[in-house]
Amino acid sequence: MSAFVLRRLMQAVLVILVVTLIVFFGVSVIGNPIDILVGPDCNQACQAEAIAALGLDRPLVDQYLLFLANLAQGKFGTSYVLGSPTIDLILQRMPATLELAFSAMTISVAIGIPLGMWAGLQPEAPSGKAIMVASILGFSLPTFWIGTMLIVVFSVELGWLPPTGRGPTVDLFGIPVSFLTLEGLTHLALPAINLALFNMSLVIRLTQSGVREVLLTDYVKFARAKGLTNRRVILVHVLKNVLIPVVTVTGLELGNVIAFAVVTETIFAWPGMGKLIIDSIQVLDRPVIVAYLMIIVTMFVIINLIVDIAYSVLDPRIRLQRSAT
Amino acid sequence: MSAADTLRIGLAVEPSSIDPHFHNIQPNLQIARQIFDFLITRDHKQQLGPGLAVSWKAIDDKTWEFKLREGVKWHDGTPLTADDVVFSFGRVPNVPGSPGGYGAYVAGKKATKVDDLTFRVVTEKPNPLMLNDLSTFAIVSHKHGEKATTENYNTGAAAIGTGPYKFVEWVRGDRIVMEANKDYWGGQTDWDKLLYKPISASASRVAALLSGQVDFIDNVPLIDIAQLKRNPNVALSQSPSNRLVFLSLDSNRPVSPFVKNNEGQPLWPNPLRDGRVRKAMSMAINRPAIVERVMDGGALASGQIVPEGFFGHNPALKPESYDATGAKKLLAEAGYPNGFRITIHSPRDRYPNDAAITEAVAQMLTQIGIKTEVQILPASVYFTRASKLEFSFAFFAFGSDTGEASSPLNGMLTTFNPQIGAGAFNRGRYSNVEFDAAMQEALTTMDDAKREQLLRDGTAMVIRDHAVIPLHFQTNTWALRKDLRYEGRTDENTLPRGVTKAK
Repeated sequence: MSAFVLRRLMQAVLVILVVTLIVFFGVSVIGNPIDILVGPDCNQACQAEAIAALGLDRPLVDQYLLFLANLAQGKFGTSYVLGSPTIDLILQRMPATLELAFSAMTISVAIGIPLGMWAGLQPEAPSGKAIMVASILGFSLPTFWIGTMLIVVFSVELGWLPPTGRGPTVDLFGIPVSFLTLEGLTHLALPAINLALFNMSLVIRLTQSGVREVLLTDYVKFARAKGLTNRRVILVHVLKNVLIPVVTVTGLELGNVIAFAVVTETIFAWPGMGKLIIDSIQVLDRPVIVAYLMIIVTMFVIINLIVDIAYSVLDPRIRLQRSAT
Repeated sequence: MSAADTLRIGLAVEPSSIDPHFHNIQPNLQIARQIFDFLITRDHKQQLGPGLAVSWKAIDDKTWEFKLREGVKWHDGTPLTADDVVFSFGRVPNVPGSPGGYGAYVAGKKATKVDDLTFRVVTEKPNPLMLNDLSTFAIVSHKHGEKATTENYNTGAAAIGTGPYKFVEWVRGDRIVMEANKDYWGGQTDWDKLLYKPISASASRVAALLSGQVDFIDNVPLIDIAQLKRNPNVALSQSPSNRLVFLSLDSNRPVSPFVKNNEGQPLWPNPLRDGRVRKAMSMAINRPAIVERVMDGGALASGQIVPEGFFGHNPALKPESYDATGAKKLLAEAGYPNGFRITIHSPRDRYPNDAAITEAVAQMLTQIGIKTEVQILPASVYFTRASKLEFSFAFFAFGSDTGEASSPLNGMLTTFNPQIGAGAFNRGRYSNVEFDAAMQEALTTMDDAKREQLLRDGTAMVIRDHAVIPLHFQTNTWALRKDLRYEGRTDENTLPRGVTKAK
């Protein structure tokens, strides 16, 4: 197990290096941030000063080597646009994004699995069919549209929930979280639901098709023949086997939700990382883009590791060593 | 403190820093204006008035003496002195890592202290724009700023100003909080506390106002203006902007990369060098239609560089009238009876409806025989390519930060010349020796009346030559709770101090 984890981490380091290389040179090809950043009264001398101040006057290879040298000392660089250390900028915003992502995933799983099970067990009932139709809407309607509609209905028309922003935070093990206060929850509700809808639909469909498939297998028939209660058959024999694809997808989607919650974050003015990375890409703020992607890559590696471990717990036949290749 | 005395503001663009000298952009400036003061203030039409400096006189052509306002205190209680001013002059061009600060406004100026409330500024050559320049950058405390980094301002440690509000906290992406400076020299406002919420999505910003989450929003999207006007719970405030939307033409090179003949071959000579072709293109554009239909009325058609009320505005210059027949005739006269092919480039979502305006222009030009293709690019790619002169015909906007005409004329239209800092944004590389000479003279003419005449004549010269094709000035729109009022500003600044309760 520890050899497996170690190998995974070494792969991660390699991936991170490749990512920095691609981003570093890729962003430089797109354009020069100074052309976007300067004000109208910044003449040629002023532009040259700004280029020098950001170190963009050096050859690209030198810039990259300097970046690596700083990285070796634990320095991730300073944002061109925001003038602050990139790692601080990202870590300051990470709790908000993580909170939103975990809330959304919790909602998707907590609602998606029971609904999916129901729809799988009662495929012909009107309720089962209704769930499946709703799930199609859930992943086909665009997030920005649903988000705007949620705001119009629940904030502007009904006035129940605040339209934007994050509520007051309290520290939980040193991490600022907002879901422990009522005001925080009211702020969290709409963005979390908006972000959850797509994945909830995905979980419903996966669970439903999984249940229908598993119900036909021999071991379920055998379990019933043994005279086990319906409850035990469904919760143990069916559910456990259905969960494996759900865990994979949830794991991958969690990464996606964290890295790309930007649409929801923008609509609800949620102070997370997604907004930061989009703004940074638009103005070619290379240090932030590089640092952000390094963090995201690390996160994906860790999530995949956890998913692999979760498999082996759910299905002892899966051995970690084999999946490590 | 009751909630009624807190003004909650929904901002379209969050500042990138609280350090007032870090980056010369409007979102930073409007926050700096709350915490810090400027030597010279600007009113809602960018006209100048006394700020921290109450009086000034020119001792000779190159030396100015300023008197500071008496009794002004920093937020920590220490008095403002000329040392702080001299320190600020030194700090402005030397902020580490600045992506473009205010250095251009202090270049060629040296500030020295005379006594605690008097300082002098000596310039290398006569500078009639002294007061405009001094209205652009904030005065920071010597005591708190000396060892301060940009990060120290962001955390608030160094954000000690003399302005109407004291910095309380900034949580990036979430909020900026300020409280009233009870000792402010300019008197008190209706607000004890300010709460800025950055809400970049336009529809959400409007929803935040409608749901009562915020009291005041800026950058109201054009598409919502009509609906908000009908809403009895909302008050609107509008003002023309100092930002001119214009089309730049490659009027210099013998062959231009995106100008082709009707068979798609490179066209020689470049027809954009011919003033008649440029005039025909300008005449083919129906500006009132763009203003009404593309901009939903949120713009003011323009025939020159700065809006009315700005120093150097030429009242004789009207927007070019739409005349497609005349344009065709002129094109034929210039030797292009069947027109030619061209590509117009534009950024997307950099300026209000930029891509839509470009598409409208392309259709109008195609109607007179100039078959125009549209290429829309993200701003990150667009501006670098534009600066490399890769375009033939392109969409730009330029704001007059100084509130007068010499800054846009010099930046957009004088001959590109890095040695004297001229034409830095002249991406069509228009070049007119006579105009350059007039601009050089205007930049050192101290007599206001004479200088204004030079700027007016210079504007007329380049407009009649169709060096660029001006389209319109944008309109800035704010929306407020129905019982509040705000006087719209040409400089797009969203200043809570200007928000008053309706009587």
